[in-house]
Amino acid sequence: MATETTGGTEAAGMPQLEFSTFPNQIFWLVIALIAIYFILSRIAMPRIAAVLAERQGTITNDLAAAEELKLKAVEAEKAYEKALADARAEASQIVAEAKAEIQADLDVELQKADAEIAAKAAESEKAIAAIRESAAESVKEVAKDTAKELVAVLGGKADAKTVTAAVNARMKG
Amino acid sequence: MEGDIAQMGQFIGAGLAAIGSGAAAIGVGHVAGNFLAGALRNPSAAASQTATLFIGIAFAEALGIFAFLVALLLMFAV
Amino acid sequence: MADEAKGGIEIHPMDQFIVKPLFGDGAINWYTPTNVTLWLFFAVVAVTLLMVVGTRGRAIVPSRSQSVGEMAYGFVYKMVEDVAGKEGLKYFPYIFTLFMYILLANFLGLIPMSFTTTSHIAVTAVLAGAVFITVTVLGFVKNGAGFLSLFWVSSAPLVLRPILAIIELISYFVRPVSHSIRLAGNVMAGHAVLKVFAGFAASLGVFSFIPIFGIVAIYALEVLVSAIQAYVFTILTCVYLKDALHPHH
Repeated sequence: MATETTGGTEAAGMPQLEFSTFPNQIFWLVIALIAIYFILSRIAMPRIAAVLAERQGTITNDLAAAEELKLKAVEAEKAYEKALADARAEASQIVAEAKAEIQADLDVELQKADAEIAAKAAESEKAIAAIRESAAESVKEVAKDTAKELVAVLGGKADAKTVTAAVNARMKG
Repeated sequence: MEGDIAQMGQFIGAGLAAIGSGAAAIGVGHVAGNFLAGALRNPSAAASQTATLFIGIAFAEALGIFAFLVALLLMFAV
Repeated sequence: MADEAKGGIEIHPMDQFIVKPLFGDGAINWYTPTNVTLWLFFAVVAVTLLMVVGTRGRAIVPSRSQSVGEMAYGFVYKMVEDVAGKEGLKYFPYIFTLFMYILLANFLGLIPMSFTTTSHIAVTAVLAGAVFITVTVLGFVKNGAGFLSLFWVSSAPLVLRPILAIIELISYFVRPVSHSIRLAGNVMAGHAVLKVFAGFAASLGVFSFIPIFGIVAIYALEVLVSAIQAYVFTILTCVYLKDALHPHH
């Protein structure tokens, strides 16, 4: 207020516009700012920058270590898988070998058995053929005799030759 | 008696100057509201623009502070 | 504060800003230790506590105070880098000094019965004036006459350019004014409003507790404003610095 001043230095208007105090404020402010500047730039900022850099380094190192461990794990997994595949291949090879061996044995046995069977079959065939031969002979004899008897009974004179021929023809037919 | 009229003039002037604070409030609200509208439309771009938001608010507010200062000057310094 | 004789509400919202000598009642010379000196000293102490004592552990995993210090450091560092670019980092210590002083002086001013150094136009004018002069000199040293292209908006039509140049020139010289008055005005306004609310209590009788709610709300707002104004002052410094380093639009 222009009209009054309430007691000496007290509150004559805005204290901010009390120009007589300006040099004082500016002087102390500059001193304080310089003090803060030196405290920050000489002590605090290098320290914080160092700590931040160190932390960054630690984090990077840890990340690298983790990466390495991860690689190792992947390698171990690969090795494990390879061992598994090897074992599997070996097993299948053994199985195949065993199978082949058994197959060979089996083949040999089968061949032997086949040969035996073939021999026995041939023998039997021969025997059957002989039996059949003799049977056919016997039938022929019986038929000839029967035919002769029949012709004789029927009052004919049986010519042996003719009868034989007829029987032969019949047997063939 | 003239003193009283002068005082009345001071107070009325201070009150009128204080209207400027409200106007600055409108301005700040406008800035913040538009920022929010834009930020909701494109949230990914919002974080990079907060500095611009504060600069805009500071400029809008400075004028309100000027009005307030005029009011203070009228009240206490004239 | 006019009509004490009439016995109205007695509110002295501006008394808290009075500069007084610490010892005695004498005149205030430029060297007299005053309450400004005291609270500037407290600001220096606060900066030291936070940034030096707080970080003395140099721990990889920071303690609480070290974490706050590192956060402030990283915050301002990133701000300078984002706004002013890599070349601006050379001026980071100065900007960090400004930021730490304003932030801690604002917060110290919020302590009841304290004195707020940043509420004084003399103080903020020195800060803003230092920024303005530094930035202008820097602009001319770095770019020579090319710094003047800051005022010559080459993207505008040719007819408009002289007019824009005048406007740009005016806005350039208003910068330190708005820069300083914004900070002082914000802080002063908040503190004055607190005092006005407190002054209501005297005339409310039994209900004199009511202004407490208003004061608490305003106080919370003031805490916010303290931080934001420090941030705004710093970021505007960065913007001006960017203009000095890269004046071309």
